Amino acid sequence: MAKLPILGLFESADHAADAGDALKAAGVPMTDYDFLTDAPYPEGAFGEREENHRLYIFPFVGALVGLTVGIMLTAMTQMAYPLAQGGKPILSMPPMAVVTYESTMLTAIVFTIIGILFESRLPAFKQGLYDTRITEGYIGVLVNVDEDQLTPTQTLLTQAGAIDVVRKDGGSGA
Amino acid sequence: MQEGKPLSSKQINRELLLTILNSPKWFFTTISLLGMIVLFAMGAAGIMINQGFGVTGLNRPVMWGFFITNFVFWIGISHAGVMLSAILRLSKAEWRRPATRAAEILTVFSLMTAMTMPLIHTGRPWRTVYWIYTLPFVPYDYARGIWPNIRTPLVWDPSAVYTYLTSSILFVLVALIPDFAVLRDRTTGISHRIYGMLAMGWQGNPRQWKLQVIAGVLLSALILPVFVSVHSIVSWDFGMAVSVKSWHSTIFAPYFVVGAVHSGVSAVAFVLILLRYVYGWQNYIRHEHIDALARLLVVVATGWFYFLVMEIVFGFYGREADEIAVRNFQFMVTPWNIWMMIFVGVTYFLPVGIWLSRSARRNLWIMSLACISVNIGMWLERFLIIVPGLARKQLLTFDWYTYRPSPIEWIIVGGTFAMVTMLMLIVARVAPLIPLYDIKEGEILRTEIKIGRVTVPAVYRED
Repeated sequence: MAKLPILGLFESADHAADAGDALKAAGVPMTDYDFLTDAPYPEGAFGEREENHRLYIFPFVGALVGLTVGIMLTAMTQMAYPLAQGGKPILSMPPMAVVTYESTMLTAIVFTIIGILFESRLPAFKQGLYDTRITEGYIGVLVNVDEDQLTPTQTLLTQAGAIDVVRKDGGSGA
Repeated sequence: MQEGKPLSSKQINRELLLTILNSPKWFFTTISLLGMIVLFAMGAAGIMINQGFGVTGLNRPVMWGFFITNFVFWIGISHAGVMLSAILRLSKAEWRRPATRAAEILTVFSLMTAMTMPLIHTGRPWRTVYWIYTLPFVPYDYARGIWPNIRTPLVWDPSAVYTYLTSSILFVLVALIPDFAVLRDRTTGISHRIYGMLAMGWQGNPRQWKLQVIAGVLLSALILPVFVSVHSIVSWDFGMAVSVKSWHSTIFAPYFVVGAVHSGVSAVAFVLILLRYVYGWQNYIRHEHIDALARLLVVVATGWFYFLVMEIVFGFYGREADEIAVRNFQFMVTPWNIWMMIFVGVTYFLPVGIWLSRSARRNLWIMSLACISVNIGMWLERFLIIVPGLARKQLLTFDWYTYRPSPIEWIIVGGTFAMVTMLMLIVARVAPLIPLYDIKEGEILRTEIKIGRVTVPAVYRED
């Protein structure tokens, strides 16, 4: 059976955390509910699942790519356009250092940005159930449940202190 | 450090999105006025390109003047943003919250403005395109058998500045995603669609926030070394110039970096005071923030002053003819000696004297005066490094001369100030200059603790 979203809106973090506890007690897997806020809360504030990520790999990969590109670009340019200057070597390291450093840092940063978006699952072309009141300070508890569980979940969220519950099928109410 | 009153999310949205959702009446008038100044400056640049450098005060041997001074100045201002944002993020300073976004955006626009200066200074800006490409894979000048030196330190400069510019733009855009989501939820029609695209489907779940917080710290750590490299490399534009021996100073790189931070942080403090005044953001940009910036500036200014003194002492100590000639020009020849005195006075003694007083640090008019004073001084500093060095260089020259900027140069330089102001105001019209989520996070983490008989404001801080 396909799962459907239901969103409970809470005025305080305490009530949202209570809703999380109630969902857990009701046997809803932690991967099936999420907390939506308009600002970062301390980790674990809602008793939410731990989020693992691999963001730290991205800058290292980017730096390696940039280092390689930087070395190749500067070395190959010097070799391709040899300019004799007072007996100095055609392939000279000092002029390569700065450009290589900058290309290393640039690609490390670009890869980090890609990593942030990738790990944040952005861009999300299909936005799930959402309510604009979340960016007014309300805390959303977004639950994905089987269709037959929508009404019990709505009751659960309301009992936990939701001021409103929004459903994909248009149903709403606390 | 927690002097403000508690704020709700609704109030934060309403007050900080005021610039976007309800544009003030003066906005279009001001933008038009600034736009006209920019157009006037572009016209002056057009005359210069059409007539040649004869309309400027540039001459042999003073081939770098107002344009390159202004280039170094704006690069210096750009250092405020990322330095302030990165160091305060990394150190988790609570008072960073209202300052970071405006500082980062100031970085982007001052860098863009800085890059126009060398282009104008080339005299034939379109030729810079030829450096890169005309035919596929064949840089133009090589194809014509001209063979410019690709190993020159001047190549380092654009590579560093474009790295810094690209990084800063990406840094700002990533930090703006959650705020674009707030705007998406508060707009309709085409604006809603555009902000929706920019928000990229942001919902604000714990994973996205975790990544956003890590992004701020990680990108800060990555951009800091770039920021240090940029002004070091700008100093090497001078330090590596063969023919001007008085620029061959080993402390130029740190001296330039600290000077850039000094002028940049002063500029950010001034911008914050202006924003507070113009948009009525008294709840966000508070006296405590300006006070903290001023105390930071005392340290930065003193570090800069140390490098200035060392640069002069080392210059004299070698007793080389080039150096003595330049110092003689700076300290003994009028009006250059008067400019030197003004420069040191307005860059160090006047502002630091002000910043040592707590009441002066909390008086926004006096703080504005101090910040403007620093930036006038720092502009003069670059001018007094560049022009006397060239006016009295000994190697590869046949003449000593002086420099008097022409009206064309004054207009172009004035136009850059109008351009940065105009761009900042335009951005304030489409994106919040104070990060909403950062302020909201500060409100979430705000608390009070009782110590003995007093209750003091406190902030919870995560590792």
